Amino acid sequence: MEKETIYFDNAASSRMDERVLEAMKPYFFDVYTVATSEFGYSLGIEAREALDNARTKILSSLGSPKGKLIFTSGSTESSNIAIKGVVRKLSGKKRKHIIVSRIEDFPVLNSAKSLEREGFKVTYLGVDKYGFVDPDELKDSINEETILVSVQHANQEIGTIQDIKAIAEICKKNSVVFHSDATHSFGRVPLDLRELDVDLLTASAHTIHGPKGIGALYVKEGVPLAKWIDGGFQEFDFRAGVENIPGAVGFTKTIELITEEENERIKDMRDNLIEKIQREIPDTTLNGHPKKRIPQNANITFHYVEGESITLHLDMKGFAVSTGSACFSKSLEASHVILGIGGDHERAHGSVRFTFGRFNKKDDVDKMVEALGEIVLKLREISPLKGEKAR
Amino acid sequence: MKFPYNEKVLEHFRNPRNVGSIENSDGKSTEGSPACGDMVSVYIKVDKGTKKIEDIKFESYGCASNIATGSIITELAKGKTLEEAKKIDWKEASDALGGLPKIKTHCSVLAVDGLRAAIANYEEKHGLIKERVPTTKEIVLKRLRHVMNPLAGLDLVRTNLIDNVKVENGTIDVSVSLPEDHQFATNIREEILEKLENLWDVDKVVVRFTV
Repeated sequence: MEKETIYFDNAASSRMDERVLEAMKPYFFDVYTVATSEFGYSLGIEAREALDNARTKILSSLGSPKGKLIFTSGSTESSNIAIKGVVRKLSGKKRKHIIVSRIEDFPVLNSAKSLEREGFKVTYLGVDKYGFVDPDELKDSINEETILVSVQHANQEIGTIQDIKAIAEICKKNSVVFHSDATHSFGRVPLDLRELDVDLLTASAHTIHGPKGIGALYVKEGVPLAKWIDGGFQEFDFRAGVENIPGAVGFTKTIELITEEENERIKDMRDNLIEKIQREIPDTTLNGHPKKRIPQNANITFHYVEGESITLHLDMKGFAVSTGSACFSKSLEASHVILGIGGDHERAHGSVRFTFGRFNKKDDVDKMVEALGEIVLKLREISPLKGEKAR
Repeated sequence: MKFPYNEKVLEHFRNPRNVGSIENSDGKSTEGSPACGDMVSVYIKVDKGTKKIEDIKFESYGCASNIATGSIITELAKGKTLEEAKKIDWKEASDALGGLPKIKTHCSVLAVDGLRAAIANYEEKHGLIKERVPTTKEIVLKRLRHVMNPLAGLDLVRTNLIDNVKVENGTIDVSVSLPEDHQFATNIREEILEKLENLWDVDKVVVRFTV
């Protein structure tokens, strides 16, 4: 690479912190064994202890709630286990219904769709213009057939933070299992599971400067969950396979490195970006809620232009971002999140997501806004829409 | 650095040729829509004697391959007679750009369609349609292949949304398998009307939503 990329796509994945790698290294080269039972050999016992410590530390970052922490390959797997594992355990002739929000990320959404194809009924809860689920609508959607509700903690694209406390209470009152995908809030927003009565929670490390290939699923004590992978009894006999101990240790280190100051700094940079764009570039829309959003996320539509053209121009200038445009997505479909909050296709196609991380610098924001201003102007000059709207 | 397009495409994307609109153009067209994610307008100025395209301009609301194709077709068409310009197809445009990703076919086809539609617009306006072919179901379907299904990003015919087409006494009746109150019903209706209303022997186009 000729020059360093100014990276604003941390929600997709992020640069790992070297200190995380240092923490992981001994578990590749020194304590490289499997985690044996307590009657195994010394190295295996050491590996076991490292794994148990990692579990305890991650649980303590969630307020040490009563429950298990299962390590997985990432948040996609965690959400799959949560939804399909609970359904498999609890479904019956009269219990065939689950509820998810319409703007969930693909692991939850497509798990729901796959269950739908198997004959389950799925309610896709609508959201308001900011992306909030209406608790009353949720209440009305729950019936005696309902097994599980899955509503994310924070949205992957527009960053909206749901009131999962209210949602958890409704689920509890109605004896329905509640899963929440916290992939995009974990580490950046305080999460105390003793206060939030969540039954299952999805988290991962790679978007907050941890390793790829490690995720976690928190399972509250007593929540029924079917076994996910058969094999050698690992992960409380839910998910067999040699444990990813370097990953688990790296995950723990990832959490240790995040500070409140860092989250504040990220939020300041993010606020600065939104403010500058709104001041310097006309005809934009902020997607999501102005305040109730994760600190690292900004999502803005630049009207009359298409997102892939913006991202490509930015890329040629050394910036990385993502867009909700159909042309950028693998399915050639416009962002279901922007459509879900009532936006039209034009708003989705022109939307750009900026997600901050530890390695962003303050002046990255100025550079970004300057580049964006030029690009959006250039693209609007050749757009037939601009004139149409003006008329 | 690794970009998703070749250098030639990127060059046209960075510096598109013949951008803008032509006031008092002799022929113009708009293909696509904001809903399908790409939209291109083409304007032509035609020499009445030689029937050569004297000037051509385009505007694009679209991705890189849409912009680059718009740019290259204006270069290819400029100075050509209408008959020659009609023969420019997607393959020629794509070859001139050194190749485009397959998945982006839709976006670039749109620009080629834009050129053809602008020429057709000129011919319709100037009474140059030589053989007045009566409109048939096949002709209607061919035109409907240029109306995108915003749900899929592919055309209505290919995504099986066209239930039935009837052509009778100057009226075209199109049934679309979507509910009347569907999010895109209005948009699809408008696009269908736009594509069919200009046919020389058509007085009326009826669009029904049948689900």
